[in-house]
Amino acid sequence: MLKRLRLLLIAAALAGPLAGGYARAVEPDEVLRDPAMEARARQISAGLRCLVCQNQSIDDSDAPLARDLRLLVRERLKAGDSDRAIADFLVQRYGEFVLLKPTFGAKTALLWLTPLLVGGAGAAGILLALRRRRPAPVEGGLSPDEQAALDGLLRRDRAV
Amino acid sequence: MLVEAGHYALALALGLSLIQLVVPLWGARANDAVLMSVAGPAALGVFACVGLSFAALTFAYAVSDFSVLNVVENSHSAKPFIYKLSGVWGNHEGSMLLWVLILAGFGGVVALSRRSLPERLRALALAAQGAVTIAFLAFILAASNPFARLSPAPFEGRDLNPVLQDPGLAIHPPLLYVGYVGFSITFAFAIAALIDGRIDAVWARAVRPWTLAAWTFLTLGIAMGSYWAYYELGWGGFWFWDPVENASLMPWLAGTALLHSTVVMERREALKVWTILLAILTFSLSLLGTFLVRSGVLTSVHAFAVDPERGVFILAILVIFIGGSLALFAWRAPVLRQGGLFAPVSREGALVVNNLLIATGCATVFVGTLYPLALEAVTGAKISVGAPFFNATFLPIVVPLLLLMPFGQTLAWKRGDALGTAQRLMAAFALALAVTIALLALTAGGPVIAPLGVGLGAYLVIGSVNEIVTRSWSRGEGFALGLRKAAGLPRSTWGTVVAHAGVGLTVIGIAATAWGIESLGTLRPGDRLTAGPYTAQLESVAPRTGPNYREDAVRLTIQRGAGPVGTVETTKRVYLTRGTPTTEAGIATFGLSQVYASVGEVMPDGSIGLRLFYKPLVLLIWLGAVVMSIGGALSFTDRRYRVGAPQRAKPTAAPAPTPAPAGEAELTSC
Repeated sequence: MLKRLRLLLIAAALAGPLAGGYARAVEPDEVLRDPAMEARARQISAGLRCLVCQNQSIDDSDAPLARDLRLLVRERLKAGDSDRAIADFLVQRYGEFVLLKPTFGAKTALLWLTPLLVGGAGAAGILLALRRRRPAPVEGGLSPDEQAALDGLLRRDRAV
Repeated sequence: MLVEAGHYALALALGLSLIQLVVPLWGARANDAVLMSVAGPAALGVFACVGLSFAALTFAYAVSDFSVLNVVENSHSAKPFIYKLSGVWGNHEGSMLLWVLILAGFGGVVALSRRSLPERLRALALAAQGAVTIAFLAFILAASNPFARLSPAPFEGRDLNPVLQDPGLAIHPPLLYVGYVGFSITFAFAIAALIDGRIDAVWARAVRPWTLAAWTFLTLGIAMGSYWAYYELGWGGFWFWDPVENASLMPWLAGTALLHSTVVMERREALKVWTILLAILTFSLSLLGTFLVRSGVLTSVHAFAVDPERGVFILAILVIFIGGSLALFAWRAPVLRQGGLFAPVSREGALVVNNLLIATGCATVFVGTLYPLALEAVTGAKISVGAPFFNATFLPIVVPLLLLMPFGQTLAWKRGDALGTAQRLMAAFALALAVTIALLALTAGGPVIAPLGVGLGAYLVIGSVNEIVTRSWSRGEGFALGLRKAAGLPRSTWGTVVAHAGVGLTVIGIAATAWGIESLGTLRPGDRLTAGPYTAQLESVAPRTGPNYREDAVRLTIQRGAGPVGTVETTKRVYLTRGTPTTEAGIATFGLSQVYASVGEVMPDGSIGLRLFYKPLVLLIWLGAVVMSIGGALSFTDRRYRVGAPQRAKPTAAPAPTPAPAGEAELTSC
């Protein structure tokens, strides 16, 4: 959605991911004229870490370095680089640290596979338990007094 | 003098909590009722002492006693009075004291709930809780003393971090801590059960209200924190996957799983060992959250190594309690008997899947939060794990969980009928599908994810409410009878329905953020900026002086179509003492949607940078969380949990008690 306004450069629709973060820090003078390219710039920026901040993307941060990086991303976009090429360029310059979503590799395999490993192990455990389960002995749970108290409570519940 | 009294009371509390730990344990071992009965009074004594201590610190803040170092560092005589009070816990030492105060408070409540708990369980649980109290009191006294004096006393304090000078600070940490610390009770009960080597439905009934209370408060605390970040940080985001946020999300996830597994235990005597493990894990994650936030390890592994005193202390607490309780679990869990058989397709089965998915999600957040720290510590390599990672991994786990939710809620205990259940949910499916298709058609060309998400949320809301409808209104019966039946359903059923509907509302709110629109521009007075259906016109930029800050106040008129519909004010503030600038966002609410304005740079020539957001249905995100906690509170008031509490002879409280068939009553609660 785009509206023409007097002074304003653009109004960019945020077609981000579900929990997409809104930016605070992009300054009006940074915004590209081409809304599609600007949207790409925002998308890329949201995935890049502001290196001097704590867990902020360059899209969120108002640190001077973040601004420099945002301008750099936009420059590369204007030069015709692909999203991938821009990310690679920044990784080359600043290391993996700059990516908020680490690439899959030897160092991050465990990180990425956690959901599968935990979910898989849990599911396997449940299946095993289902298979091995035998009727458990009934006796020995409660003392006679407690059983009487529990029965009383259950009776009262039913009566309600 | 009062300050020293507060300090002394804290030391006294440490002594009393030692008694709270040792004497009842000994009593339980020797089977001596007199020794066991010491637990209650000791816990109350600890609470009184910590309360006195907290009051002393609060007093020092209230009168701006700048001979106390903690007050100097975090207060200022010109600070508004409310922030003087909330500033008590707006710092490390004070917040730890609040933590222990709430811990001792819970201990006091357990001590007083004599009728609802078996004596032995109560004594053992209080002993376990005493151990936690000892650890944290020792930590405060040794490494985080809030009562340290300063000589000579300065004339003025250094003021509180401006971001914290907000009503949010008065509400958010207490709620969050009640949630965190509430799980210490569940933990204490789990330890008691392990020591005793027995666990049964009585245990589950005793534990469930505490779990519910803790969960309810944690839900509110997280939602409050999220809303606070939303309006205070000026980014307009509601969740950043920040490690500090994850630290609160993990206990919440584990607590949610625990809430559901105790249901299975209470109704069907199944999942005992798993429930005990979850109780331990939930509190462990609460401790871990405290550790992550308090030790400075998040800033960097190095910050932790530079000033290790506190970090190492908390790490030791963490290792002792988590390691110790897990060791106790490994040793004693085989003693616990498993019971309660059920078919895979049943309410129990669905709750097992619920637990599996929540546990997987929790593990993902856990690993994602700690992986960079661990990797750097082990290999020295630095990576970042941020929002894009969590969105990519967490959502695929949560979406199936949500899809299953109304299904599990509708299934019968023991042996369910998958097809029948699906049929009962047909209306919900159909309605949600209609909503999705209609939205897709209406917003063609917009983001597809929003209609899908809203459809999912609608399915959750309708699917939950469906339970009330199908159980109260049957064919051929009048509307009034159905109404009476609905009113007669147990509170815990209503609680489930309301909480699940709340999840649906939150999902709708989150999905609708994809329709959000952001505009930015440079404006002079009279200029306009449009975001979605709303246009903001800059009226004036005026400097102003507050009690302890100066600000440039930007007034905007919000228009929709031709006419103005409201005004908002967003300001750029500089707090005088610390010189820190902050942005106060201006928010106008229209129904469930908001227009959010945030001023950027204020230029010398009178023009301003402005960020304007249109956020459709955004309030649903937090409203959903509030509805969830109302559900928790409803379940909490279910009369089954007031076991042994004084009862009226007849249940006259219920408006129109409809005798449900016995079989029906069996199935009612969840």
